[in-house]
Amino acid sequence: MKYSAKVMDHFSNPRNVGTIENADGVGEVGNPACGDIMRFYISVRDGRIEDVKFQTFGCGAAIAVSSMISEMARGKTLEEASRISNRDVADALDGLPANKLHCSNLGADALQAAIRDYYARNGDSAKRRAQMPPVPEKRRQESCKCPYCDIEVPRGAPFCKKCGAKI
Amino acid sequence: MDHVAAAPLLPEVLEAMMPYFREHFGNPSSMHGVGEKAEEALTQARSQVAELIHARSPGEIVFTSCGTESNNFALKGVALAYQNKGRHIVVSSVEHFSIMHAVKTLEKMGFQVTHLPVDGTGRVDPDEVDRAITPQTILVSVMHGNNEVGTLQPIAEIGRITRAKGVLLHTDAVATAGVIPVDVEALQADLLSLSANAFYGPKGAAALYVRKGVRIHPLLDGGIQENGRRAGTENVPAIVGMGVAAEIALREMDNRIAWARKLQKRLQEGILERIPHVVPLGHPVERLPQIVSVLVEYVEGESMLLFLDMENIQIASGSACISRSLKVSHVMLAMGIDAALAQGSLLFSLGKDNTEEQVDRVLEVLPPIVQRLRDMSPLYKKAARTFRSSSDAGSAGPDPRRNRS
Repeated sequence: MKYSAKVMDHFSNPRNVGTIENADGVGEVGNPACGDIMRFYISVRDGRIEDVKFQTFGCGAAIAVSSMISEMARGKTLEEASRISNRDVADALDGLPANKLHCSNLGADALQAAIRDYYARNGDSAKRRAQMPPVPEKRRQESCKCPYCDIEVPRGAPFCKKCGAKI
Repeated sequence: MDHVAAAPLLPEVLEAMMPYFREHFGNPSSMHGVGEKAEEALTQARSQVAELIHARSPGEIVFTSCGTESNNFALKGVALAYQNKGRHIVVSSVEHFSIMHAVKTLEKMGFQVTHLPVDGTGRVDPDEVDRAITPQTILVSVMHGNNEVGTLQPIAEIGRITRAKGVLLHTDAVATAGVIPVDVEALQADLLSLSANAFYGPKGAAALYVRKGVRIHPLLDGGIQENGRRAGTENVPAIVGMGVAAEIALREMDNRIAWARKLQKRLQEGILERIPHVVPLGHPVERLPQIVSVLVEYVEGESMLLFLDMENIQIASGSACISRSLKVSHVMLAMGIDAALAQGSLLFSLGKDNTEEQVDRVLEVLPPIVQRLRDMSPLYKKAARTFRSSSDAGSAGPDPRRNRS
């Protein structure tokens, strides 16, 4: 299992690690039993993400993903930032190993959770919320890679249809 | 410091193997002189391996291709040979995947399997074995030493029970044979798996000890190699290497153990001294000399591994066999360790060529790596707040083990 040079760069020198005091939005995804937690803090000014910081517990991929999306989101409008997908982040990192693509690639979900938190705090209209992509949890449930044979299996499937391994 | 995954080949072992790739390339089953030479080499290797585990006769050694094959062979071979006597098998819940998955296959074939619990150190209680055995039981399989936490099992005590009840005992000694003394008579084991690459032999050679009189059904059907128990042309060079490595292991064992214990103590005590919130794993006394297995709280294992690799220090997190599956170790879960905490596993397995300087280097570079990752971790900040209000500084943190009654 090899990481790209870009992943290793963002892993060993992660950008924007930390917290923001009095952040305008905070979002967290993942849980420790799965091995990855990402928490994002954003400060917003005139509809743009002025500053973004994160804290991550997880593997090399999880840390690199957090760092990369924090760079991608900075300076973008909330609409632009919420359109960044997990796939965009993986592409910007020159790809991730197949078995990490779905499990550690939660950066976009965490950022969107922070943006949703911002909207919720500011009592924004339903119209704004309608422009948000669908709830990431649902999107993530579509499919996952079998960690043993690297084929796509439906999210929530009890075992891999190819090799029979329990998932 | 990842010798449990693979140990480097000894130069003298490679040298002994080389002629069997070149001039003595023959098939041991052939009747001519070239084949005979290979046959002689197998006979010698069989004696060397038998001696390593104090088997009474070299005929009790069956060569296989790897530890996984030996374990599969022991379980499935005994199950098929004794299925008319009974269809119940007992294993521990901390076995290697080659046992865990082999019994799953046997369950699909209609065998019943009991998984024995372990305590917080990873040890099986022999009384549990006693209770688990039914008139239907044909085989008990408990590993000798655990590859992830280093805990040794009370095999001799279990052997007394199985012997008294007329049930066969298999032990997976892949992590122990060639590393610490293994004596099939003292352990009262009827079958025992061992692998060459645990003791500086080549990959591709392993063995199953099958006590004289124990019936076993072959996994591979074909010719009458290995006395009809394992068909297929023997991997002569690797088997020769295994024999030589076994002989050297037996000769150097006391020195290797003393050295490993020294490094183990230095490394484990050093880590616990320098890094707060670290939990040592495994039995404090009954354990392999070369393993140091710890859980680092609030940090995930792989990120520590990557930073250590950049410092040219190679270790493992959990077992190499399953690291690609990204799953929490079943061994740690069976020991009652919280799944989140098990993510922070670091597994050092020391070798004879590791030095005190190397250990000191780990002790120098690891604490800043852990601190760096903890500073990044959302769990650490939360935990740091709780600790300030609830406990004295420098404590080992909360007990990772769930209460077990």
